[in-house]
Amino acid sequence: MRLLTHNMLSSNIKGVINGFPLRIEVEKVIEKQVDFNPDFLKNMFSKIDWKALADASKIMGYAELPEEVPDASVLDSDEFLQKFHHALLELHLEEGALVCPETGRRFPVNKGIPNMLLHEDEV
Amino acid sequence: MSVIWDAKGSFKIFDDMPPRIAQIRLVSSHPQVYAPCDDSYALVDALLADRKKLIDHHPTICMEVGSGSGYVITSLALILKSESNSPHFFATDVNPHATLVTRDTLEAHEVHAELLTTNITSGLEKRLAGMVDVMVVNPPYVPTPEEEVGNGGLSAAWAGGENGRAVIDKILPVADNLLSEKGWLYMLFLAANDPLQICLEMRDRGYGSKIVVQRSTEEETLHVIKFWRESENQMEGSEGGSTPKSGSQKGWNYIFSQLSRLTFRETRQ
Ligand SMILES: C[S@@+](CC[C@H](N)C(=O)[O-])C[C@H]1O[C@@H](n2cnc3c(N)ncnc32)[C@H](O)[C@@H]1O
Repeated sequence: MRLLTHNMLSSNIKGVINGFPLRIEVEKVIEKQVDFNPDFLKNMFSKIDWKALADASKIMGYAELPEEVPDASVLDSDEFLQKFHHALLELHLEEGALVCPETGRRFPVNKGIPNMLLHEDEV
Repeated sequence: MSVIWDAKGSFKIFDDMPPRIAQIRLVSSHPQVYAPCDDSYALVDALLADRKKLIDHHPTICMEVGSGSGYVITSLALILKSESNSPHFFATDVNPHATLVTRDTLEAHEVHAELLTTNITSGLEKRLAGMVDVMVVNPPYVPTPEEEVGNGGLSAAWAGGENGRAVIDKILPVADNLLSEKGWLYMLFLAANDPLQICLEMRDRGYGSKIVVQRSTEEETLHVIKFWRESENQMEGSEGGSTPKSGSQKGWNYIFSQLSRLTFRETRQ
């Protein structure tokens, strides 16, 4: 699971109001190189919840992102884009869990795939 | 592989002409996971028929719901693969074996999609709303007793409840929520699903529609229908006439006549 996916995922349990961001429990992180695509990054920048990304990235062992929401002018900086690229697309949570911030319910992540299936009493 | 020389004497090497799609021998499998079948091929044929339009569409985010073996999402990823500007792909399935098999199929073709084991797209609906530029779905479409729907494993691959519409009718509003302003949905239906009625329903939500592929096998008649938002200026690719209104009206009359003829034929049988 890339952090882009983490940034798009919320707890889907019935009744949960504040299901974002899911807390990450890390067992294993892997890195996979991805072609650098500045247009994609510029497109995504406004859609990303920056704090969730920066925090998640830190938990995954990469603390290079600014904590504060950067001004859109940083998109002109190649150095910034490279870091954004690495955090968003190249870090994968391979094993671990995502935890609902409101209920503490754990959604397991195995082989890089989060399992968001709910029990009957949660839908 | 082919080498093409241009007028200036420089050359380009094209690795994969004709366009690459997933290769059956590289598609992974599992006894509990739906293997590629006529419906899967029909959906990929529709994507191939629209290949140029898809490339010109420059999607940022693409997604498949119910990826099964991964044959379709892998093919879409190969069709849209480009060195500098590949889109980002998501694929979901309610069957955990299926998302694992999809992962292996993608890897065998050296493409990537973010996978999620979930019901339709549950978990993504809030944050991904309005961001999906291309969505593809080969849903469970076979008419079955309602109790058979959602039983997991292989039966979830086809069991569609009354008229085969149980899961389809849940996916349509989700697609409407996730699709971007320029979003396209390619979805496969059986004649028994009453695709004409589905198109009418989607028209009420502001979508134009057209049949991209229509195929009759011994057992079933399959349609792949493409939907696009018609509200603003979006024209479906280069489809349509001189003005959006008359163009879409023409398209609408066409799909209406196609589908009503089919429905008519089927009900007489
Ligand atoms: C007809 S199969 C298509 C598989 C594959 N896309 C293909 O074309 O070969 C339908 C797939 O949808 C999945 N599915 C069924 N109900 C679902 C749901 N509620 N949410 C997500 N996936 C679902 C099934 O597990 C199955 O893999």
